[in-house]
Amino acid sequence: MALEACPPRMQSSLKIVIVDENPIRAAILEDGLREAGHVHVVRVDEMSHLLARIYTIDPDVILIDLENPSRDVLEQMFQVSRAVKRPVAMFVDQSDTASIEAAVDAGVSAYIVGGLQKERIKNILDLCISRFNSFARLRDELERTRTALEERKVIDRAKGILMKARNLSEEAAYVLLRKTAMNENKKIAEVAQSVVTAAELLR
Amino acid sequence: MNASEARLRIGFIPLADAAALIIAVDKGFAAAEGLDIELVREVSWSNVRDKLNIGLFDAAHMLAPVAIASSLGIGHVKVPIVAPFGLGVNGNAITVSPALYAAIAAAADGSIVDPMVSARALARVVAKRKVRGEEPLTFGMTFPFSTHNYHLRFWMAAGGVDPDEDVRLVVLPPPYMVDSLANGHVDGFCVGAPWNSVAVDLGVGFILHFVSEILLRAAEKVLAMRERWAQEHPDTLLRLVRAHGRAAAFIEEEANRDEVAAILAAPDRIGVASEVIRRTLDGRMKIAPDGTVRVNDRYLLVGRKGAARPDPAQAAWLYAQMVRWGQAPLSAEMLAAAKGVFRPDLYDAAIVTSEPTVSGEPADGIGAFAGPSFDPNTVAAHLDSWIIRRA
Repeated sequence: MALEACPPRMQSSLKIVIVDENPIRAAILEDGLREAGHVHVVRVDEMSHLLARIYTIDPDVILIDLENPSRDVLEQMFQVSRAVKRPVAMFVDQSDTASIEAAVDAGVSAYIVGGLQKERIKNILDLCISRFNSFARLRDELERTRTALEERKVIDRAKGILMKARNLSEEAAYVLLRKTAMNENKKIAEVAQSVVTAAELLR
Repeated sequence: MNASEARLRIGFIPLADAAALIIAVDKGFAAAEGLDIELVREVSWSNVRDKLNIGLFDAAHMLAPVAIASSLGIGHVKVPIVAPFGLGVNGNAITVSPALYAAIAAAADGSIVDPMVSARALARVVAKRKVRGEEPLTFGMTFPFSTHNYHLRFWMAAGGVDPDEDVRLVVLPPPYMVDSLANGHVDGFCVGAPWNSVAVDLGVGFILHFVSEILLRAAEKVLAMRERWAQEHPDTLLRLVRAHGRAAAFIEEEANRDEVAAILAAPDRIGVASEVIRRTLDGRMKIAPDGTVRVNDRYLLVGRKGAARPDPAQAAWLYAQMVRWGQAPLSAEMLAAAKGVFRPDLYDAAIVTSEPTVSGEPADGIGAFAGPSFDPNTVAAHLDSWIIRRA
């Protein structure tokens, strides 16, 4: 990431805590926040004594992923307590349901400490949503690539078995797999897997 | 029948009192009503609340006080919720560390099976720690607007312990409770099944009280939906309630208990040993690591003794706890709104019962071990009767 190439950065004195046990997603979010000019970003990935940690850091904004059971712990900050120095509110605004929906959909939630300007928070939340969505896309892509790779391996093995057993060319072996898959209304990889399994049983 | 209405997404937290919902789906009672339900297992009450509020869920397994808080707009966005079916009455227990159990037993002037004796003993333990300058005891509960929070407070305050001044109450997600007790982050907790049993089985906790010993009837979880959704889908709602009624009856039939426990134990449902769930449903609980068993057929009521029919007096009692502990102001409007969350009328519209009126239940519908009986029409006077309170 070429930080020097970024346009003049907006200075931000906001202290932001990211509560996320997924280190990659947390790093992606932290990078995004730093690029946007937020220099005070702290990542918390240890959930025991979470509130005590947060009180020590004394952040302006807390971001937490929705896969985290400790979200309920943060809800305690709403309660009247001497431990809290400043009032805490969740980023909820009756008039802005679109933002809430987008955040929940992306899997992130934001808590705001003290009376921050709504616009500044909106920018941070929007950034979170887009980074969380990018992460989800990345994860999907990775999953798809992994599946495709595994399927490719199985198909290659099945082709090899057919070529040897039926004395076929590579192309003819593939055509046979594809035709069988079409006839049986299955994926080629599924038929290939059956061939591999059968070959192992008959060995 | 509107085809799009029949597909529902319902959120739940993996706890034993999601039983009626899970059985309604997995045993086909929902399908028999023409409902295609996708169950979504969640990790936090905040998620359940938010996803219900914005319509990602059509309905949810929800803490009764969260449904009320959401309807009153306290602590969060105001979204009116209705509860046409009670998923469970009772079901919680208070578990303490072996060290605190020993300290309470040593300070007791009678049998600590009696919650008044144990609460007074706790007060002595707390006072002694204060004199010695030790850290206050810490208790875990599941959510600020939770029955667990109110049950712990009700019990200890009756013995003279101020839950805000004398001890620390902290929110802990249920799956973290047992670890926190084992590593000393908390000295005790109030949580639903199966977590108390898990602590006992691991030898790190003693079940001090079933909540049914503190309150004979305590509304715990409800089947919750947005009021607006309920208005827009009256037929689906009735079918959903009916499916839950059949599921609850199936669960309470003793011959079905093994099957029920096995279904609930599945990894994508509650995900614990079926034997632990069976104990909970039977109210036959191992309360100490040495194997001592305490039996109470009120431990968790799923449909028995009229438990599934929402009782507005229960909603009023929960609202009174919110007022008592400073979470909500006292007003006639809020009291009426709280009571309005529990909808016996919707229950009655869906389920025609041939059973006689339930007898032997507490006259005020609560049956608390301490204090005057509860009258939902005189909440202010009721609150005045407590010495320890925030409002």
